[in-house]
Amino acid sequence: MPVGWKKISVVLAVTVATLSIQACSNSSDDDAKDITVYNAQHESLTKEWVAAFTKETGIKVTLRQGGDTALGNQLVAEGGASPADVFLTENSPAMALVENAGLFADVDKPTLDQVPAQFRPSTGKWTGVAARSTVFVYNKDKVAADQLPASLLDLAQPQWKGRWGAGVSGADFQAIVAALLALKGEDATRAWLKGMKENATAFPNNVATMKAVDSGNPDGGVIYHYYWYRDQAKTKESSSHTALHYFKNQDPGAFVSVSGGGVLKSSKKQESAQKFLAFIVGKAGQQVLRDGDSMEYPVASDVAANPALPPLADLQAPVVDPSELDAKKVTALMTEAGLL
Amino acid sequence: MALRTVVAGPRVGRPGPLVTTVALLLVAATFVPLGYIVSEIFATGPSQAAELVFRPRVGQLLANTVGLVVCTVPICVLLGVGLAWVVERTNVPGKAWWGPIFAAPLAVPAFVNSYAWVSAFPTMHGLSAGVVIATMSYFPLVYLPAAATLRRLDPAVEESARALGSGPVAVFARIVLPQLRLAILGGGLLIALHLLAEYGAFVMIRFDTFTTAIFEQYQSSFAGPAGSMLAGVLVLCCLVLLAGEAGLRGRARYARIGSGAPRATARIRLGSGTIPVLAALAVVTIGALGVPLWTIGRWLRIGGAQVWDFTEIGEALGQTVGLAAAAALLTTLCAFPVAWIAVRSTSVFARMVEGANYITSSLPGIVIALAMVTVTIRWAPPLYQTVTMVVAAYVLLFLPRALVSVRAGLAQVPIGLEEVSRSLGKSGPATFVRVTLRLTAPAAASAAALVFVAVATELTATLLLAPNGTRTLAMRFWSLSGELDYAAAAPYALIMIVAAVPVTYLLFTQSRKAAGI
Repeated sequence: MPVGWKKISVVLAVTVATLSIQACSNSSDDDAKDITVYNAQHESLTKEWVAAFTKETGIKVTLRQGGDTALGNQLVAEGGASPADVFLTENSPAMALVENAGLFADVDKPTLDQVPAQFRPSTGKWTGVAARSTVFVYNKDKVAADQLPASLLDLAQPQWKGRWGAGVSGADFQAIVAALLALKGEDATRAWLKGMKENATAFPNNVATMKAVDSGNPDGGVIYHYYWYRDQAKTKESSSHTALHYFKNQDPGAFVSVSGGGVLKSSKKQESAQKFLAFIVGKAGQQVLRDGDSMEYPVASDVAANPALPPLADLQAPVVDPSELDAKKVTALMTEAGLL
Repeated sequence: MALRTVVAGPRVGRPGPLVTTVALLLVAATFVPLGYIVSEIFATGPSQAAELVFRPRVGQLLANTVGLVVCTVPICVLLGVGLAWVVERTNVPGKAWWGPIFAAPLAVPAFVNSYAWVSAFPTMHGLSAGVVIATMSYFPLVYLPAAATLRRLDPAVEESARALGSGPVAVFARIVLPQLRLAILGGGLLIALHLLAEYGAFVMIRFDTFTTAIFEQYQSSFAGPAGSMLAGVLVLCCLVLLAGEAGLRGRARYARIGSGAPRATARIRLGSGTIPVLAALAVVTIGALGVPLWTIGRWLRIGGAQVWDFTEIGEALGQTVGLAAAAALLTTLCAFPVAWIAVRSTSVFARMVEGANYITSSLPGIVIALAMVTVTIRWAPPLYQTVTMVVAAYVLLFLPRALVSVRAGLAQVPIGLEEVSRSLGKSGPATFVRVTLRLTAPAAASAAALVFVAVATELTATLLLAPNGTRTLAMRFWSLSGELDYAAAAPYALIMIVAAVPVTYLLFTQSRKAAGI
């Protein structure tokens, strides 16, 4: 009889050991200084930041990778019990979502001082860390320069039926809709989304949209600028037949989206978390944007953009307070339009 | 002492209180996802729920999903049965090779297959693309049981029919086909459930199903009511399939009565048909194996040495193996009490225990994950985003796979041996370890292997539930291929296929031994 129990307990011990080894490998955030970042920014970009930050401070960073809105809503659902210390996004609506739930701590003043006022909310509950411009990517063989839409709103017109696409389920596109909502109001947005449902093809993301436009079906697409510049800088594999059209004129289609970073109030590692944010908006962090291959715009510490990009100041972006972008409402409107 | 044991004899091997408790707990756990969906529907309120369910988008998703099942399952059945018949019943050249070849696509995860097809034909999208990719991924699920059944059939019946004047077509339709019914229904059901649950393969070709739409909703609003309502409809689809299969299965008997010795059937000579048949087999092989292997090879060549980032690959491999091993071990352990009850008891409880597991297994990973995220975040925060939770989800998802193996193994253990052990004074647990476990070890090993591979290639539940910092092979493959960095994704695709090969071989050899699965 004792032999039997011994064997059973060996089996159980192995199970428990396997589980706890796994658990331990993921519990680095228990260390006094190390932090967990809910990362909705591109993994490659944040990894560059993390590598430089860890090298400088010795603080280790664990990433949870996800989309803007998914992680934002997740933080709201987790509330005070969240394991996250820092939240990084590609766009600001998810930041506003978390801010409105009262989950952010104030960002340190010196950090905020590095960032010009138009790239952060007036509340100081989070800060912009990078920026990206909306563009219309089009196939040069399919669309002549004089046929280009003058406004994003034109894409809901019948002449664009079946001719454009976007990464509908992604936060990037939803941020553009949020800007439209803030600029033109609910009725105009609802009507535009209805036209979009008629006209547009849904792709999983920006890259897929651009690649499809490059192959000529559809003719054009709404994406962010840097996907195109990145492909151009490398192989041009997904963009050689395309060009970019900037809407300019403060059109909703000229929207510049601010990527955000914030520290969770519930974090027990406030110091490390604030340090990480300070690092990203500091010279070294912003230079990663300039010199790396992300092709996103730096917004702080007076670091200039990658020379391949048109200057941010020339894009005639509409003025939108990043705190007012409403992710929840956008999801609801897009669900209502049958896009989600 | 001896007398007491003899008196207790008939009770030996019956489920005791410990086994019953564990089984009960498992049954309770299997109802968590279902209960979550139902409670969400109530919490959302009838009017809002109706608004979220009865809208054009849901109709579209339903049309897509039903269209996919209605097109793919019959094609897979035709293909699976046709191939099995050619390989088992004709003199097609190279017959020793075709069996393993048509089992091999099981080693290629559907989302890897999709990646291969879409990079070979970048314009593929929509229903037709979904049907092609799903057929190439899933037809072995019909082929394997059909081939096993054909091999086992007693040729005497067919010979009698032929002697009575029936032609080969009539013999196939009247004698062979009805006997393949269980294989066709079982395989067809499995394929249909896979179709409902698949996420990655269909996103890649821009084909919307309930599962992809639930994921989109999850991305846009975490665990919002719209996603839960979609999940409710998806669950309903699964239950309809289960009920449909049970209804079609009927109560007919298929086993031969009396012993007798089935002989090998005389193979049909293809003659001038050999070349076209060989060509057809080659087309299927190219579609199911050629395209993925060629594409992965091509991307590996293009990517060169720099896509082999061994730190990242090693980390992903380590995490994947850790999760898969833990889940395989735990799932196999959990399968024992359930299988024990299923084999050794005929009570209503036994049937319920088994049935509950199959219902959960029919729920797509995304529904189970969605339920567990919400349940843990609300009621068990310490478990939220832990390895324990993700492993628990794997257990729920893959218990039936382990169960099939373990039950078959357990059924072959002679109760007499256990009785002897008990009568020699060994306790129940000791008897279990020294007799039962030893005899069922091969079955348990194959159960663990099946679960291992399922976890190693699992995507949706892992994406939603995994602890911070987790990047499994499937997750890395997914994020790289999502950015259309096909070259960097290729090593992960290759590793996942290689990892699944031994288990596919095991499945193949098992299906040769035991007909029917």
